[in-house]
Amino acid sequence: MNRHARFDQRLYPVAALLIAVALWQAIVTLARVPMYILPSPLDTAQALIDDFGIIVRHVGITLYESALGFALSVALAFALAILMDGFAVVKKSLYPILIVSQTIPTIAITPLLIIWFGFGILPKVLVIVLVCFFPICVSLVDGFDKVDRDYLNLFRTYKASRLQTFLHLKLPSALVNFFSGLKIAATYMIMAAIIGEWQGGTEGIGVYMVRTKNAYALDKVFASIFVIVLISVVLISILDRIGRRATHWK
Amino acid sequence: MQAAQDQARDQAHDQTLGQEHDPSRDPVRDPAQERRGGETLIRLNGVGKRFGSMEVLTGVDLRVRKGEFVSILGPSGSGKSTLFNIIAGLTTADRGELQVNGEIGYMQQKDLLLPWKTVIDNIALPLVLKGHDKKQARERADAWIERVGLRGYETRYPSQLSGGMKQRASFLRTFLASGELMLLDEPFGALDSMTKSGMQTWLLEMQEALGATILFITHDIEESILLSDRIYVLSSRPGVVKEELTVGFGGGDKRERLVDPRLLLMKEDIRRLL
Repeated sequence: MNRHARFDQRLYPVAALLIAVALWQAIVTLARVPMYILPSPLDTAQALIDDFGIIVRHVGITLYESALGFALSVALAFALAILMDGFAVVKKSLYPILIVSQTIPTIAITPLLIIWFGFGILPKVLVIVLVCFFPICVSLVDGFDKVDRDYLNLFRTYKASRLQTFLHLKLPSALVNFFSGLKIAATYMIMAAIIGEWQGGTEGIGVYMVRTKNAYALDKVFASIFVIVLISVVLISILDRIGRRATHWK
Repeated sequence: MQAAQDQARDQAHDQTLGQEHDPSRDPVRDPAQERRGGETLIRLNGVGKRFGSMEVLTGVDLRVRKGEFVSILGPSGSGKSTLFNIIAGLTTADRGELQVNGEIGYMQQKDLLLPWKTVIDNIALPLVLKGHDKKQARERADAWIERVGLRGYETRYPSQLSGGMKQRASFLRTFLASGELMLLDEPFGALDSMTKSGMQTWLLEMQEALGATILFITHDIEESILLSDRIYVLSSRPGVVKEELTVGFGGGDKRERLVDPRLLLMKEDIRRLL
């Protein structure tokens, strides 16, 4: 993709967004919509500036939980994916269960986790793992699975050990899948953390949002939504960049 | 599990090691073989294989001596690749005896280079898998890179190479994996005809330079005559050795065979067989 096309790709969504924000501002101003119904973009910006310190502190907690949950998800996903790849029995037993388990509504599980594990950081981390583990694990398993038989035979003629076959063949060929799973997980990650915080906790951006919502300070709710979106976009683009570097041969 | 498979494979390879050599079962001797006079590296006696109710190979007798270039020529569906898989130890034969002396390198029509490794690391891969350290393996690969015409491309990735270059890299990797005994399964089948003819000449030069023993699969009659010392013609389904032919002309420089009228005659003979 050349520079011009890339600029084009960014120009259109950014322009559309700016127009939407301008319309939003105009409607709120002209129709005199009260702030507890819909704050204007300018109100939101003002709230962000006023409460910046508090929001940063809460977001910091949320990011900490997310990082922990994400790292745990990756580790668990790797462990289980390798087990499933190595032992057909494990895969046959667990893979269908894993898929069905994703139909359980996270929002219904969260209060139970809070009942079991309290209002601290643990239930939030567990919610994140519940949400993020699945896309990573499935992408890895599928990645290991789709390795061409001819390549596996080639490694057999080289008398490669299982570990060698894994390190030189399966792992690198699954990397592309792994990063697409990682990206999906990253988009859900902050959301999962907020679901956890929203339903019970003492700190984190989700807690801040519940409090401001209950006070009808919708400008502050919008300000925190803006920060969350911004952080998620940055995280995904970082992952994207790492992924592209790790699979540079593509 | 892997270890058990390896063991089973080794046993399959060794199952005839103690057997008496029976000269009366030797195929007809020819001058080219006598001159090379090498020991037998691959010997198959009455090898058969079936998949379910389908007979793929029946009673295949075959031998390859050290330094020879032997082709297996047959239409698609004649079980050529199955035969190779049996020799390479990837599948086991249902019947018959198989004896392989030496390590086998197996090269396919697909180059099977790893897209995430550079050319030099792809070539050095079998050495690394055998336990050589990376630097040493790279050095050994580098010593040959000139010969396969890939100097200057060592740090490129396979996606940056042409089809012919990929197959040359794959060939060198196969050679480093095995040392001398190479199974080539239609290695030039996916190349365009101009690249293909260049690669055939190149292969002959390489065989001479490396002193390699090559068992070659093809369905291209002319290719088999051009390259081989001997040709086994397989029929299709079930694969049976219809005829064993010795290419009796142009033994000095095989490239001259291309302009030899005997090539056409032999081609016609083989066509009638198939």
